[in-house]
Amino acid sequence: MSKRPRPEPVQVIKQRRDAALHRLVDGVPYIQFLGIHFDRRGDELTAVLPFDEKLIGNPMLPALHGGATAAFLEVAAIIELSWSMLWEDMEQGRLDPSSPAAMAQLRLPKTIDFTVDYLRSGLPRDAYARARINRSGRRYASVHVEAWQDNRTKLFAQATGHFLMPSREDEPDPSHMLAT
Amino acid sequence: MTEPRTFVRQFIEALPHSSALGMELELLKDGVAVVAMPYDTRFIGDPATGVIHGGAVSALMDTASGAAVMCHPCQPVATATIDLRIDYMRPATPGQRITARAECYHVTRSVAFVRVTTTDEDTDRPVATATGAFTLERAKGSAK
Repeated sequence: MSKRPRPEPVQVIKQRRDAALHRLVDGVPYIQFLGIHFDRRGDELTAVLPFDEKLIGNPMLPALHGGATAAFLEVAAIIELSWSMLWEDMEQGRLDPSSPAAMAQLRLPKTIDFTVDYLRSGLPRDAYARARINRSGRRYASVHVEAWQDNRTKLFAQATGHFLMPSREDEPDPSHMLAT
Repeated sequence: MTEPRTFVRQFIEALPHSSALGMELELLKDGVAVVAMPYDTRFIGDPATGVIHGGAVSALMDTASGAAVMCHPCQPVATATIDLRIDYMRPATPGQRITARAECYHVTRSVAFVRVTTTDEDTDRPVATATGAFTLERAKGSAK
């Protein structure tokens, strides 16, 4: 009976995954500007938007600005998509997240359209969001995002967006294949 | 009619998130609002290209849309976004100011419908367009 190779120590794996997530998120100035960070449980991400005065729209209520909410949901969707690609490459050993050169190669998906439903007014508190990839093809992806504050079952906003996936280096650029 | 418009202008200019994003109100008249946002490296969404984040463009369009509702001749006292659907046509050119023009083209007793277009300095090719529905709160006792 052949012995299985000893699995890597859990701390090594965790550090590698957390470092990859940080590199992905910290490299985007607008995510830093809004103060968004991500909690990770295995491959599951939760986006966290800590409350800040600059996120307020109507100061009389007060309520989060609809634009801040839309941006939060879009960030959650884009990072979820990028993370799912990154995760696969990382777990299969195709990408070494500790290599700055490899991480610099990463290209983010581009938003084609994004539809936000505002279900309740956003309270002046922390907000959370989770994105679910409903379909991810070679070129296009469809993502749904739910956001809540105090109560997970009482969403204050949800959104659906379509995204153009970055072309992978190991495949031909499909635009070259278009008949013109 | 100067009185309510002054109130609306001050209200829009005092929105904390909009001022944090450096938005400037350029026009506010009869259900049409134009709001601009100068390029700022803090708003970059794609570090590889320097293109600003779609979320910042959404915030600009949401602000312009809300402003268009507030300056509609029916003189609402408050509004909130019900939904906003944004289509991104092309990346805004890094370094350029972007401008959103929103038009509140129809109102019912309690809902306002808005369309909005954003361009950069190349005003012939839109960067993004959006359509939205907004709540419309009328002053108590105002005519329908």
